[in-house]
Parts: sequence; C-alpha cells; structure tokens
Amino acid sequence: MDALDGNAIAGTLFDVFGAEMTDASGTCARCGAASPLGELKVYLGGPGTVARCRHCDNVLLVLVEIGGTMCVDALGLAAIGRPSRDG
Amino acid sequence: MRSIVLDLPGWRGHRAGQHVDVRLTAGDGYQAQRSYSIASAPEDSSLVLTVERLRDGEVSPYLVDELRVGDTLELRGPVGGYFVWEHSLGGPVLLVAGGSGIVPFRSMLRHRNAIGSAVPVSLLYSARSLARLIYHDEIMRIAAQDGIDVSVTLTGEQPAGWQGHGRRIDRDMLAEAGWPPGDQPLAYICGPTGFVEAAATALVALGHNPDRIRTERFGGTG
Repeated sequence: MDALDGNAIAGTLFDVFGAEMTDASGTCARCGAASPLGELKVYLGGPGTVARCRHCDNVLLVLVEIGGTMCVDALGLAAIGRPSRDG
Repeated sequence: MRSIVLDLPGWRGHRAGQHVDVRLTAGDGYQAQRSYSIASAPEDSSLVLTVERLRDGEVSPYLVDELRVGDTLELRGPVGGYFVWEHSLGGPVLLVAGGSGIVPFRSMLRHRNAIGSAVPVSLLYSARSLARLIYHDEIMRIAAQDGIDVSVTLTGEQPAGWQGHGRRIDRDMLAEAGWPPGDQPLAYICGPTGFVEAAATALVALGHNPDRIRTERFGGTG
C-alpha cells in the first residue's frame, strides 16, 4: 500500500485539534526530526489511520474512530508546534 | 475525469491549494469520504472540483457518473494549510504535476492571475497522453502569459510532431524546466506517491533545499 501524506488527513486533524494542523510542526520522539504534519507518511488502509515519521518511520499518530468517538494516540510525537495560522 | 461546479451558500472562501472532504452516505448508513483538491481560485465565483474516476473507487465513480445538477453533497472544508500558495510566500515557484496532480496548481495559477502577481512560475506537467492532459486549453493559454513557463511531458504516447518531452520526469528535465537551486525556488509537487517521491528526490539531488519543497500525494482509493 502506498503511503500518502498528512495532507490527506487535514480534515480529520482539524476535527481533532480544532485548528488547521498540516502546517503545524511535529517532532518525532525517536529521531528528533521536526517536520510539518502535512509531510508525515500516512496510511489510510487499515482499520485506523497511521501517521509515521518520514525520516525514521516511527509511528507518531494513530487515529481510530470507535462508535463515533475519535481515539487519538500521539505516543510517538515529542511535540506539536503551534500552527502558523488558522486555516 | 469530470469537473463539478458547486454552489455553496455561506462558503467562507479558501486558499489556493486547499481541499475539501466529500462524504457520501448510502441508504443503509454506510459512509465513505475522500479528499479532493479545489480546482478553482479563491476569486472564482463558484467552487470547482475536478475528480478523476478511479475503478473500484467508492466515491469518485458516483461523483463522475451519477451526480446530477441539483443534487446535494456533504462537504467539509476548506482543509489543508501546508500545500498552499499565496503571494506572501513569494517565489520563484516551481510546480511539478503528475496526472490529476495538476488540480491544485490550476487553483494557484488562476489565483496568481487574479491578484496580478508577478511571481515567476515554472510548471512541469507530466501526463500519459495529450488526451489525458487535464485543462489542456487553459494550460496552453496560461503558458502564453508573462512570467509563466510551462513544460509538458507525455510519458505514454506522443502525437506526431510532438515538441515536448516524452519520458518520465527525471533530474535532467527538472534541471531544464525548473529553477537553479541558487534561486531558492519554492517547489510544489503533486501526484501519485511514486511520482512525488521520484520528483522530490531528484530536486534534492540537484541541490534544492528540502525545506523549500512541499509535497502532496494521492493514492488509488478514490
């Protein structure tokens, strides 16, 4: 399955964080690389959405909707920077 | 391929390069959602989506084959703030499109026109054949404008007497059609995942700053 990128989950991220997030910066807790969330490697094919670090492949974010509730696991993210502006 | 013109009461506007999510709900409650780039400029009077029909897709076959004038669609958006161009970001700008990856660039080019921006733009557009070149006539008109340079490569079949490129995008083509790294262009690449990876890797190999390269990939699950 081809990986997409964080642009593909812009709407979901907006729902979760309440702001435009693809231009926010995410820092990988494993390799320390900071990149815009729009650049993350995103896999949509599974039961949930998985976003990985483009540099080291560490899982940064897992989003699963269960019974109408969006469950967010951001275990692999050391930090999320403030979006530069609201979309 | 079909362009859909939407009448959106209360639309708060968008930025060139943003998308909308389209959600379809079946009679039994099953929902499918896909993200589509906006093809129109923020200044255009209607919102336009250009949708490629993907075989086995859940949403695109409906949008291309079934949707009729007067039907209602459920949309969310505009979304995305990363793969966006606006005048304050400056240039020069390099746009690299593979197939329907041209859609957000149509919005950016129309926006550049509408605001009278003089930011120089190079567009490198890869399609399988002339028949698969989306917005063919409009792209040719845009190519005639000052400050815009358009290169087309046809990777499958080329018409007799074709003067453009006839191979997949590579380093040499990007070096020829794009800007030298010293000009510090802002590069946007949009297309299928493999296309985007190849073009981004080639730009970095040419010496372009990865921080000035923005990418957007789409998959085959429309």
